[in-house]
Amino acid sequence: MTRSLAAWLAGIAGAAALVLLPLALNRYGIYILSLWAVMTIAAIGLNLTLGYAGQISLAQGAFVGIGAYAVAILTTSGFPFVVGLAAALAVSFAVGWLLGYPALRVQHHYLAFVTLAFSTLAYLVFRNEEWLTKGIYGIVGVPRPSVLGIATAKPLPFYYLCLGALAVVSFAVWWLVRSPWGRAFVALRENPVRALSLGVDTRRYTLMAFAIGSALGGVAGAFYAPLVEFVDPTPFTLALSLNLLMMVIVGGAGFFLGPFLGALIAVLLPEWLRFMEGWYLIAYAVFVMVLLVISPTGILGILDRHLTARRTRAASQARAAAKPVLNSEAA
Amino acid sequence: MSNFLNLLIAGLATGAIYAVVAIGFTLLWQTSQTINFAQGEFVMLPAFFMLAAMNLGLPFMLAVLVGIGLSLLVLGLLFKRVLVDPMLRHGVLPLAIATMALSIALKESVKELYSAEAHPFPSVVPAGNVDVLGVPVSMQSLGVLVIAVLAVVALNLLLTRTSVGHQMQATAQNPTVARIVGIPVERMILYTFLINAGLVALGSLLVTPIYLAKFSTGEILGQAAFIAAIVGGFNQVRGAVAGGLLLGVVDNLAAAYVSAQYRAAVPLFLLIVIILFRPQGLLGRVEERTV
Amino acid sequence: MKVLKTTFAALAGLAALTAAHAQSGGTIKLANVAELSGPGATVGTNWKNGIDLAVAEINEKGGILGRKLEVTHADSQSNPGIARAQVQKALDGEPYVLLGPGYSGSVKVTASLAQQAEVPQIMGGEAAELTKAGHTHLFRTSFGQQSSMPKVAAYLADDLKAKSVAVVWVNNDFGKGGRDVITAELQKRNVKVAADISTEAGQADFAADVAKVKASGADAAFIYLNEEESARILKEIKRQNLTLPLIGETTLVGQKVIDLAGEAANGARGHVGLTTDAPVPAIQQFREKFQKRYNYVPDHNGLKGYLAVYVVKAVTEKMGKVDRKAFADTLHGLTISAAQEPGILMDVTYDKNGDIDRQGFLVEVENGRQVVKKVLPKLGN
Repeated sequence: MTRSLAAWLAGIAGAAALVLLPLALNRYGIYILSLWAVMTIAAIGLNLTLGYAGQISLAQGAFVGIGAYAVAILTTSGFPFVVGLAAALAVSFAVGWLLGYPALRVQHHYLAFVTLAFSTLAYLVFRNEEWLTKGIYGIVGVPRPSVLGIATAKPLPFYYLCLGALAVVSFAVWWLVRSPWGRAFVALRENPVRALSLGVDTRRYTLMAFAIGSALGGVAGAFYAPLVEFVDPTPFTLALSLNLLMMVIVGGAGFFLGPFLGALIAVLLPEWLRFMEGWYLIAYAVFVMVLLVISPTGILGILDRHLTARRTRAASQARAAAKPVLNSEAA
Repeated sequence: MSNFLNLLIAGLATGAIYAVVAIGFTLLWQTSQTINFAQGEFVMLPAFFMLAAMNLGLPFMLAVLVGIGLSLLVLGLLFKRVLVDPMLRHGVLPLAIATMALSIALKESVKELYSAEAHPFPSVVPAGNVDVLGVPVSMQSLGVLVIAVLAVVALNLLLTRTSVGHQMQATAQNPTVARIVGIPVERMILYTFLINAGLVALGSLLVTPIYLAKFSTGEILGQAAFIAAIVGGFNQVRGAVAGGLLLGVVDNLAAAYVSAQYRAAVPLFLLIVIILFRPQGLLGRVEERTV
Repeated sequence: MKVLKTTFAALAGLAALTAAHAQSGGTIKLANVAELSGPGATVGTNWKNGIDLAVAEINEKGGILGRKLEVTHADSQSNPGIARAQVQKALDGEPYVLLGPGYSGSVKVTASLAQQAEVPQIMGGEAAELTKAGHTHLFRTSFGQQSSMPKVAAYLADDLKAKSVAVVWVNNDFGKGGRDVITAELQKRNVKVAADISTEAGQADFAADVAKVKASGADAAFIYLNEEESARILKEIKRQNLTLPLIGETTLVGQKVIDLAGEAANGARGHVGLTTDAPVPAIQQFREKFQKRYNYVPDHNGLKGYLAVYVVKAVTEKMGKVDRKAFADTLHGLTISAAQEPGILMDVTYDKNGDIDRQGFLVEVENGRQVVKKVLPKLGN
């Protein structure tokens, strides 16, 4: 009881901080926090695919790209943002569904290889199909939308829009992983054969896990485009996919809060380290390596191990304390 | 026809470079299920060891020896002990991510400590062209091809003809059983890391005169070698060589006959098709254990 | 309500005061945002080193109008999204002038931010479109492709009398931009583009590309790649025994390419705007100073960074005060002569778009050395 209460309080405190903190930040700080929110959405999607359903995807960055291009293309040709967002969601869901098919044939690292190939193919399409994406020149002037009549062109309102999107996505995923679907995903990860024998339609759920995770990548992209107000192919290389994978692993794959922490490290830590000038990326990379050596299951992995150990200790103490009472009752 | 032959031979020469890098990939995977995202940087780094040694006034051949020694120490022993060992038991992903961070650290360190420029590198193979079937082929490329083939032959001899090789193979195929029959599994794994370190140093020596010594060359090389390893078969040394050569040739033919803008896509389509219909790769064997 | 108003006024006054203070006393703050990691790192590092060299020189001689320069460097990771963050951070610090970035995507993202903040931005990008978007605070340090390509096209059409040209370009923003402009310029002069060949950054094997040039039967080839790839394609051209004239830009005929390609570079020709090989004593001195400080020969990006700082010096001394607001207006239409400001190395004139006019060179590589064949005078002279 106290543990869940503490978790709730921490959650509320975190949310309050996210709402209030930017009021004290300059435009740069607000931009970085918005970037964090957007990357967290993409990482939440990947965590669903990887952490809950156990499918390795090296293409999440490509889905962010698909979402960003969907919004950029549609909003710069006059459609409202909502249409772009819907398109980003739909296209990345559909492509994710199709890409999930190989997952049915091959498992484990081979699937990762297929997604790796897809990631690079997507980059080539972004760059080469000039009629659609404006090629290497990119799409300039992606507008920031008006929501309920409020313009989000300024940094702060746009940050709250990103934060709102993150909140909606978080609640949806929170609900999803507790639903029968979420339990089916986990069953799939833990033991696909057993899941099949228990009547889980593994085929459908595998595709579903992949498609939903990819769709969230698309949603992240849909906010990335108006955040930067510019889209070109260069950010959506394999490096972004690997970076998102790193966020999930470093935060703790399969933990609900993992992506939040992982994105915090991937987006904010390099910024904090910039005082080291030329060395900041080296320091960042070393930090990630040290963290993974200490806890290969990520930050929440350590925390979980620590808490489990404490609970076990507390439980055995409780048992020890309870013993005399039992004895006296018996006597 | 002469054009086709020309592209074929040039592609084989480039493919040999990928092959040299890809061999190490497959070795590490076989014995320790390590996916080394820093493999490209492992090839980039020894050249800088050698350049730095030359800057200290050592003659070229001595600098090469220093470079190989440092590679064995840093990219073999230290890599294995410091990064791989603590994570080996925790599955493929954390280690793969750690090697990704390592690739950033290596690139940035070279850039920061040495330079962001591309540096020419002396070639062990003399410059100039020789005539092969009427096509002029650069001696450097031919040298890479020959040495790559020799390396594979030597590696195969080691694995099949020596007692250590047999023990390494047993470790690769089933570490648990290998341990039961008394093979020092840990030492065998260490050997593969040292062999990989030696191979990347050799690769660096061969490749750098063509690619130049630059902090970022590892990105392209690493990705090409990775794809080559998958196409050829991730768990076979000869598969890596076949994959590398195939990739070099396909890339050239794609650029000439399909589309220059999508030349990089053709090997990837090939990769997807191969995985879907022959997931163990062209020359790979089906894996008995899962990850 | 009135109290609130006065508080606001006081706060606003305070803010204005601190801003004015930042402008009047102490050091002059320059903020550089460049590609210090990622694919653009070589370009960005040269640019940064050029800036540092100029700043050190100026400070050694007492600064600008008696005030020392202070420069901060931020890494854009060659990514427009990160570039935007770093430029925002730089602008939040209210610099006198923003330097960089070099990648055109990053320039496009940041130019409007600088304009909103009314901070002059001096950048290294060469893409034609950058100065066409109406940014009033954006300035180049080198020829845009719209100034250099017509000269190359004219050389191909008039001097070489080429009827058809094979265009080989690297498929990134730099190469694609150059390819688009040269293609249009060649068509204007009734020269046929016999082959349009896209290559990848970092490509190692140019066998297929050279075979295509060969098959096209073109009279000449225009090669627009980065230095390292230029060296590789020159070697491949030699291997395949192609003898047609090879025309390029700074990145085909620079000393770095010659060093890397060896004798394969002989015969390559090109138009060069900024080059550390230029037969101008001031540039030779720059090259020596740079090499002494950083232990390598700079490319033209090192020159660009160096010049950017000296543009700041010249404009500020012309105004006689450190005035960010008047900077852009002063620089538009200004001619800075090397006689007045030796650090500018060659006379340069800025137009109303922030584009430059400067002397250029047509060079050819002979026996492993760049030889100037023709000096293309400044248009204004």
